[in-house]
Amino acid sequence: MSELYQLTIDEASKLLREGKLSSVELTRAHLDRIRAVDDKVKAFTLVTDDLALKQAEEADRHLKSGENVTPLTGIPLAIKDVICTKDIPTTCGSRMLEHFKPPFNATVMEKLNAAGAVMLGKTNMDEFAMGSSTEHSAFFPTHNPWDLTRAPGGSSGGSAAAVAAGMAMGTLGSDTGGSIRQPGSLCNVVGLKPTYGRVSRFGLVAFASSLDQIGPFTRSARDAALIMQTISGSDPRDATCSPEPVGDYVASLSGDIKGLRIGVPEEYWVEGMQPGVDQAVRASIEKLRELGAIVDKVSLPHTRYGVAAYYIVAPAEASANLSRYDGVKYGYSYRDTDEMWEALEKTRENGFGAEVKRRIMIGTYALSSGYYDAYYKRAEKVRALIARDFTEAFEKFDVLVSPTCPSVAFRLGEISDPYEMYLQDVLTIPANLAGICGVSIPGGFSDGLPVGLQLLGNFFAEDKILRVADAFERVTDYHTRWPQAI
Amino acid sequence: MIDRKTVMHIAKLARLGLQEEEIDVLGQQLSVILEHIAVLQEADVSGVSPTAHASRLHNVTREDVPQPSYAPEVLLANAPAQEDNCLKVRAVLE
Repeated sequence: MSELYQLTIDEASKLLREGKLSSVELTRAHLDRIRAVDDKVKAFTLVTDDLALKQAEEADRHLKSGENVTPLTGIPLAIKDVICTKDIPTTCGSRMLEHFKPPFNATVMEKLNAAGAVMLGKTNMDEFAMGSSTEHSAFFPTHNPWDLTRAPGGSSGGSAAAVAAGMAMGTLGSDTGGSIRQPGSLCNVVGLKPTYGRVSRFGLVAFASSLDQIGPFTRSARDAALIMQTISGSDPRDATCSPEPVGDYVASLSGDIKGLRIGVPEEYWVEGMQPGVDQAVRASIEKLRELGAIVDKVSLPHTRYGVAAYYIVAPAEASANLSRYDGVKYGYSYRDTDEMWEALEKTRENGFGAEVKRRIMIGTYALSSGYYDAYYKRAEKVRALIARDFTEAFEKFDVLVSPTCPSVAFRLGEISDPYEMYLQDVLTIPANLAGICGVSIPGGFSDGLPVGLQLLGNFFAEDKILRVADAFERVTDYHTRWPQAI
Repeated sequence: MIDRKTVMHIAKLARLGLQEEEIDVLGQQLSVILEHIAVLQEADVSGVSPTAHASRLHNVTREDVPQPSYAPEVLLANAPAQEDNCLKVRAVLE
């Protein structure tokens, strides 16, 4: 360790509590780092310097008095710009919400604020979380810290890149089809998608409500456990949020995975997988075996239908959710007409970008009269089959392991075909459709670019996937490496 | 194949204005995407009930307790047009 911004949350938290470091120092170190490198990475849509320093001073008062101190007290974090922050712009990467300031905080923000965390700013994303490269941000693309000519993945690309570049100790993202795990994979950070219903979605701007979950990006499994501990739990404002008790995620990091049954889904070795990804992941799986896990093959036979089912279900839900952007209540509004329908159509024409329009069109088509049964209903049935695959797999296995993504980070502008971009999420989508949890962790390198290892767990088995992730980190150093491009 | 007419019909349903050039591009792109999605027809879904959500919860209820809400000016702070503490809209019926 040479710089403050290179500390993990766990390390910094101990130093803060021992009085060896102040939150103001730690926060300034991150704001300095943002000033030094974000011109190149462009991870932030907004840096909230003044607020961050105010929160840091407040955290230091708590740390001094010892009152109300949590593992996140004084820890500088950044938030994906799809999560509502009271009176602070929440743009969703869209012209539609460029000037929108929510009148309330998302539940996760209330929890982070109550824990004494410091907010450094809001991070860039594909518009309304639709995309896998952050190139669909209406403002600017984010660059991958490992190679600035490449994409950080998406849609939470800003959150992943910020953690990878040391501009935040941890961040929140959202994952609807892989939007946390895929950028985590491409940027060499830990990115966890919780079980559906583990974390409240109140204040998360809706994309596909049956799939969306908020989760953390960090540089270690332990740090992800600390954030999960804070943001998880039931919420009366989100009826889909589960009353299931929250486990002690940190205590579950025993380092011991002896006898744990780990399944390797054969179908996840898809056509077109890069040899470098295959090699790195196979070597990582071998390490899990060396740690004493019982590794065996498993079949998830309906995997091949995942992307197709997702690209009906998610756009269908999105087309309904995004109907709220009508230029009347908030957001961009076309004013140069007195005609109501024209104003509505022009508001949406000018306010939405190409990918959002594409998804609204697919979703509306799939839900339209004459196509509902052939597309939407059929996709929902296939969704049930994909969920059943996992139910059967978890009867025999505790955790499943695979690559997170078939490829390493691609060049900005390299993927222009929409469907080719959708295939970035071929290995992450099934978990969203089934509602189970998953995490991508640094799992090796291919020609200097990060390869993510995906660990999938059953409903509310975050403790197990984090335990495997932590055990893996104890015998590898991938997660401790820093990008040299910045 | 999604033709121009279908694109315009769907856009109308979605109340989504499109530029001339967007109509042809979207028609092509949606056609390609739907071709890929056609793989769903190969799945054997006989006897399978559709799953609309991944939640394991059913019928979550609570007492209906009145609570204070936001002040109108707070909720109207983001409104593009307002008058007398109300959202201002264009005439729906002339």
